Amino acid sequence: MSKDSQGPMWEVFVQKKAGQPFVHCGNLHAYDKEMALQNARDLYTRRGEGMALWVVPSSAIVSSSPEDMGSFFEPSNDKIYRHPTFYQIPDGVGHM
Amino acid sequence: MEVINFEELFESKLAKNDIIEPKDWMPDNYRKHLIRQISQHAHSEIVGMLPEGNWITRAPSLRAKLVLLAKVQDEGGHGLYLYTAAESLGTSRDEMLDALLTGKAKYSSIFNYPTLTWADVGAVGWLVDGAAIMNQVMLQRTSYGPYARAMVRICKEESFHQRQGYELMTHLAFGTPAQKEMAQDALNRWWFPTLMMFGPPDIESPNSENALKWRIKRETNDELRQRFVNQTMPQIEYLGLTVPDKNLKWNEAKNGFDFSEPDWTEFKAVIKGNGPCNKERLASRNKSHSEGAWVREAATAYAKKQNENYEAA
Repeated sequence: MSKDSQGPMWEVFVQKKAGQPFVHCGNLHAYDKEMALQNARDLYTRRGEGMALWVVPSSAIVSSSPEDMGSFFEPSNDKIYRHPTFYQIPDGVGHM
Repeated sequence: MEVINFEELFESKLAKNDIIEPKDWMPDNYRKHLIRQISQHAHSEIVGMLPEGNWITRAPSLRAKLVLLAKVQDEGGHGLYLYTAAESLGTSRDEMLDALLTGKAKYSSIFNYPTLTWADVGAVGWLVDGAAIMNQVMLQRTSYGPYARAMVRICKEESFHQRQGYELMTHLAFGTPAQKEMAQDALNRWWFPTLMMFGPPDIESPNSENALKWRIKRETNDELRQRFVNQTMPQIEYLGLTVPDKNLKWNEAKNGFDFSEPDWTEFKAVIKGNGPCNKERLASRNKSHSEGAWVREAATAYAKKQNENYEAA
């Protein structure tokens, strides 16, 4: 097999409009930061999909694992008092 | 401690129409099936750049050249989306490219047919991309997340491809008699190869059963082929062109068209490597890959130096 390297993988995040969050849109190969940004522009914003881009080396991403999903997120499951609907507000005081 | 039965969890996700993500447990055969399908799909996009790329330098107007360049660039982008989707399953870009360049991997047999005239550029956009869209719209709801997300982006872009192809065909079909004849000739040559794109008939399709079970596919080859014919016939009639199939006729009872099957012997021969352009396509890919080797080497060396400077600073 050829020992050609395509460069490391990068994750791409696009901001659609100013003020909106950056959203993950995909990934690509590039050899360095500059090329990653240019490739991201050419690959993910050919039709005005965004006005700002982040590129992050995929190796820098830390993620939760699906096997731990239950126990990892468990601490928030029994804390219904974190939601506004937990509280009783009397009628007649208007929107709160 | 709770013991998780991963296989049951996987099955129950599929039953609920949930999406499988890269880090989820999945059966080996599901993973293998996806790697094969997604990498072949990616190869098809990349090899698919060649028949149309053939006409970029000879496009008859600046507008036509800009459109064709944009379309071919899109196909390259689609290949890249798909390669990374396959990589999320544990294969590497190098492995996939190697399989393509050595002829081990398959790609859509349609791209082994030549684009002989300018009308072929229209026919490819209209018919080939049209057939691809039919398949890809279904795949937007495929069970593997990264593949589904790539398909959503691809479908948005493909619509331009099909429309530009049909527009080109209208110019020819309503042009001079020679232009109309060119359009008819393109339809004659592309009709049956396009019908082959949906794959062998359901009764002979070796991969369909698992693909349907795992919700990778949601419709069968024959269902998609029938829908394509039903949708395309009015477009052909509008152009005043005729389908090269004397069995093609409306069937009121099934609310669809009856039509002849493509020549499946030819299909098998093209897949085996004996189509009109198989050797040429593979040679082109190998040529551009080896001619690009110095760029990859230079970029690797540059990135290494950048990192060293960064660490030294």
